[in-house]
Amino acid sequence: MRITRSAGVLAVAGVLALSGCSGTGQEDTSSSDSGSVDLDIAVITHGAPGDSFWDVVRSGADRAADDLGITVDYNSDPDPTRQAELIDNAVSQGVDGIVVSMANPDGLRDSVEAAVAAGIPVITINSGQGQSAEFGAITHVGQDETTAGQAVGTRLNDEGQTGKVLCVIHEAGNVGLEDRCSAVAATYGGQVENLQVDGTDTAQVQDTILSKLQSDPDVGVVLALQGQVAVAAVAAQGDAGTSAEIDTFDISSDVTDAITAGDITFAVDQQPYVQGYLPVSFLYLFATNGNVVGGGQPVNSGPAFITQDNAAEVAEFAANGTR
Amino acid sequence: MSTVAPTRDVDGPPAPTGRVTRVLRRPEVGAAVAALAILIFFTAVADQFLTPSGVGTWLNSASRFGIMAVAVAMLMIGGEFDLSAGAMTGATGLLVGVTTTGFGLNVWVAVLLALVVALAIGALNGVLVVRTGLPSFIVTLGTFFVLQGLDLALVKLVYGQVAVQGFAKVPNFDSVRPLFGGVIEVGGASISVSVLWFLAVTAVATLVLLRTRAGNWVFAVGGAQDSARATGVPVARTKIGLFMTTAAAGWLVGMISLFQSSTVQSSTGVGDEFIYIICAVVGGCLLTGGYGSAVGAALGALIYGMTRQGVVYAGWDSNWLYAFLGVMLLAAVLVNNWVRTRAERMR
Repeated sequence: MRITRSAGVLAVAGVLALSGCSGTGQEDTSSSDSGSVDLDIAVITHGAPGDSFWDVVRSGADRAADDLGITVDYNSDPDPTRQAELIDNAVSQGVDGIVVSMANPDGLRDSVEAAVAAGIPVITINSGQGQSAEFGAITHVGQDETTAGQAVGTRLNDEGQTGKVLCVIHEAGNVGLEDRCSAVAATYGGQVENLQVDGTDTAQVQDTILSKLQSDPDVGVVLALQGQVAVAAVAAQGDAGTSAEIDTFDISSDVTDAITAGDITFAVDQQPYVQGYLPVSFLYLFATNGNVVGGGQPVNSGPAFITQDNAAEVAEFAANGTR
Repeated sequence: MSTVAPTRDVDGPPAPTGRVTRVLRRPEVGAAVAALAILIFFTAVADQFLTPSGVGTWLNSASRFGIMAVAVAMLMIGGEFDLSAGAMTGATGLLVGVTTTGFGLNVWVAVLLALVVALAIGALNGVLVVRTGLPSFIVTLGTFFVLQGLDLALVKLVYGQVAVQGFAKVPNFDSVRPLFGGVIEVGGASISVSVLWFLAVTAVATLVLLRTRAGNWVFAVGGAQDSARATGVPVARTKIGLFMTTAAAGWLVGMISLFQSSTVQSSTGVGDEFIYIICAVVGGCLLTGGYGSAVGAALGALIYGMTRQGVVYAGWDSNWLYAFLGVMLLAAVLVNNWVRTRAERMR
């Protein structure tokens, strides 16, 4: 039985390590704050493991949990069937509230409606604004993709751009990203072309954008839909020796650095930290005080434009991983 | 692919060993022990794990992997791999989703059409492998990439978007759904129909492998292909049949996934092919072919499903999910290996 025993020790060690890491922060706050309630909220997103955007959302949710003295469990899966399973899982655990991002609303409909039917308050974030109320969610926290895309198209027109806009889609299957590009195409005066890349492989993204820049001299603007992709685009631009303008959705500390340096012209910030923090605090208010925020309307977390003018002040927050 | 298959005790004359030893020598015993250990482990650390709804959740999760793992295990026993198995689940789902919501094809017709297409791709895989003699690892990697590309490019081209929307509103959806995406209430637990498919596929595969001539052929072509050919086993026909079986299983999982979630997107299934192989190996299949079992692969999928959902039930930081899955799978393989070598020594 030598191997089984050592495997058991290993498993126990793993459990201890893991439970140490997840740090609910529940006991220490509840002992000091007599007014705190024991709430358990599941945050279930479609983010891929290691995605920087979703890491910031998670930071926001974790911070809200710490501030309020409640527990947040974060889980994610880009596959809608598996994300739906995570929701079912949370329902059977009997959590006190669910925060869910709906990149593919149809795939989550049954699970979200089952959660609502089980009496668990649900708030949708980031994607799926159109279906949020229909599925029975209290409210939606996010940035309407179409509004944001139109804002970018208008801004590019105002800048006097006429060249081809290369809209870089980094997640096959995300309806929201497609919406952004088509909204840009609808408002922008010139041509808009979509470029599909694999967002989980940054080196590959850089190579793909490089090939496109080298082969298509008409590209006047590279529009990234995610911070890491924008940084890859800046590197690709350097390699290609072209002079296309680079703009992006979403920010990171690398993006604000590049904006300060003038490599990226502007970033559209949908403020992911807010998308993590607000729904957790909304559910807290709902559970403790019966408050419903938004009055049935979505709560906008953005868009905010970040340019060379205000990049410096955002930069210090981005460095902390909270913007 | 040319290792000699360990002797099986099923067809030959009764071995002069005790019943316990004979049972212990089955490929799936190690996986059974590991599955039990993981079940006990998560029941102990997570309150909700063994509740009816908890069991329903991880069984459903395991079933979609398990159906494929059983088919992939048969193929691996036959000495081949199919890396296109994951993309196949997405491709068949997309075929049905796009033709029905985009072009108004009848759901029943679309589902059958997808099966025909899947079988054709499986046959193509098989014929390419058998005719060229190239490793199936390479051939099916090629079909995998082709499918992944078509899932994105072709769907975007003819459908205009990358995820099927509005599938639940398609006429006749409700008449097909109970077959693939239905839910049965059993004593307070909601058990998905996919779990029944999982049981049925495992039972049929076990029966075929252990009780039929075709099953003997599978072990023979995987264990010693040349000797098998010399003794009159139809090697080409067996292998092509195995590839078509895997493709059909891909279709079944694609339909289950589609009708459960009423959507499918271009990235569906990509990356899952290795999970099927892992489940089969945890279940006692040899990467070299000629040895393994369907029940073992099913248990492998159960281990995977329990661990995946168990980490969530236990409320552990999900950033650690893959690290933890890796440790669990290694532990399962080690336990499996240990049980098997012990059993061999008792011979």
